[in-house]
Amino acid sequence: MLLITCPWCGPRNETEYRYGGQAHVPYPDSPADLSDEQWAEYVFYRDNPKGPFAERWMHSIGCRRWFNVLRDTATHEVLTSYRPDEPRPGGNR
Amino acid sequence: MTAEPLPEHPDFLWRNPDPKRSYDVVVVGAGGHGLATAYYLAKNHGITDVAVLEKGWLAGGNMARNTTIIRSNYLWDESAAIYEHALKLWERLPEELDYDFLFSQRGVLNLAHTLQDVREGVRRVGANRLNGVDAEWLEPDEVAKVCPILNVSPRTRYPVLGATFQPRAGIAKHDHVAWALARRADELGVDLIQGCEVTGFLKDGDRVVGVETNRGRIHAGRVGLAAAGHSSVLAERAGIRLPVQSHPLQALVSELHEPVHPTVVMSNHVHVYVSQAHKGELVMGAGVDAYNGYGQRGSFHVIEQQMAAAVELFPVFARAHVLRTWGGIVDVTPDASPVIGRTPVENLYVNCGWGTGGFKATPAAGWTFAHTIATGEPHPLNAPFALDRFTTGALIDEHGAAAVAH
Ligand SMILES: Cc1cc2nc3c(=O)[nH]c(=O)nc-3n(C[C@H](O)[C@H](O)[C@H](O)COP(=O)(O)OP(=O)(O)OC[C@H]3O[C@@H](n4cnc5c(N)ncnc54)[C@H](O)[C@@H]3O)c2cc1C
Ligand SMILES: [Zn+2]
Repeated sequence: MLLITCPWCGPRNETEYRYGGQAHVPYPDSPADLSDEQWAEYVFYRDNPKGPFAERWMHSIGCRRWFNVLRDTATHEVLTSYRPDEPRPGGNR
Repeated sequence: MTAEPLPEHPDFLWRNPDPKRSYDVVVVGAGGHGLATAYYLAKNHGITDVAVLEKGWLAGGNMARNTTIIRSNYLWDESAAIYEHALKLWERLPEELDYDFLFSQRGVLNLAHTLQDVREGVRRVGANRLNGVDAEWLEPDEVAKVCPILNVSPRTRYPVLGATFQPRAGIAKHDHVAWALARRADELGVDLIQGCEVTGFLKDGDRVVGVETNRGRIHAGRVGLAAAGHSSVLAERAGIRLPVQSHPLQALVSELHEPVHPTVVMSNHVHVYVSQAHKGELVMGAGVDAYNGYGQRGSFHVIEQQMAAAVELFPVFARAHVLRTWGGIVDVTPDASPVIGRTPVENLYVNCGWGTGGFKATPAAGWTFAHTIATGEPHPLNAPFALDRFTTGALIDEHGAAAVAH
């Protein structure tokens, strides 16, 4: 059971949350101009690193807000969590 | 359902050679898929200058962690074709490999608990029959005849409204399957090299010409990746991205019991699946942990939920004890179907994305991947499972459609 800190509600059990996959995936600026390859990237391809990973979680049975978590996928250690309008701590990857 | 004695372990099943400087084909990963690929490269294509490189020990990944369910009752034509090909190969492999790995065709029930489940199940039975896959729809009283310990009373929280039944489905002893394939591949000249981690790729422009390992450089005409949960980590080292996400998947066993459970039962809705191994332990699995992870362990609440579901379906299990739990890392694609084919890097081929259900496909994965590596072209069975389906949109969406994806 992971212990994850909601930026608004504080530390809660993993079972209070819903997982949302990779964070910081921007919606394409001009969708109509994307090639099929670029659409495939946007829709189907996500990073899958072994190590620190910035990912989205939603506090589904609490405040129901989305936020981001930096977690090590090899050790399952939750490194930090932050609001969606904040940049990824420590820069990219 | 018998308590037949396990076969004796032979002394040595394969050599442990040092890696040569170069091979025609290097396969990365000595799980079931890598071993089957090497076996069929040698047997079907006469390519024996092959090394299978394994960072840990042979079958130490998902191959000997899975719950060993074998079935071919998938919805879509492409899936039914490749999984049924696998099932036909399973039916002859014990003799062909001269190894009794306890392949037991005891059937699989996929339970329906809602009207939607019932419609989906009846539809899948129809699709299966059109594809030559044995399948029947059973009403609750018929389900109880196949599996008397199952609670089919209408008074449970999620009553059993019926089930699909595939009589030719079953289980096998997964570690013995790996050893059987390894022994025969070794006899045919394949080098199985354990403790050899691929850390990078040698490239000549856009072409792969070998691999970097912790035991030195190994040149290769062609390289095939069969690394399951670590596929995207490896692909990244080769400079490509794969549409997979790695998740922990857990399973557990009870202590040994008298034979009580005659078949395999899977329930998508309450999400548990159960069989009883030859030795007597109840083998149970459930769903993946939601988050990405490489730690080969998951969260306890997943186990708790699967146990609640199991006890509801099988009241007799309430007195059983969990003996051991473990996890493996499964690589899941967006459409829950595998990728077997070419990559953007020339001479680099990938077999990945089998997610929670690739054990049953082991012989067909090896058969088609060997064909693809040997000829440079996909076999008709794996052509639909190419990487470019995520660009063309020709997905093979087995999410939900495949009953439970194990
Ligand atoms: C708990 C659990 C239950 C499951 N239940 C079922 C089931 O009932 N039915 C079913 O059909 N499927 C099931 N599966 C899925 C099935 O086990 C997998 O789809 C299948 O085993 C994957 O193919 P493999 O055997 O080749 O993988 P693996 O055995 O995982 O082989 C991959 C190998 O690659 C090696 N490797 C990785 N990186 C490197 C590197 N850099 N260098 C060298 N070697 C490397 C790994 O060490 C590993 O040995 C289950 C999986 C799990 C975890
Ligand atoms: Zn909250």
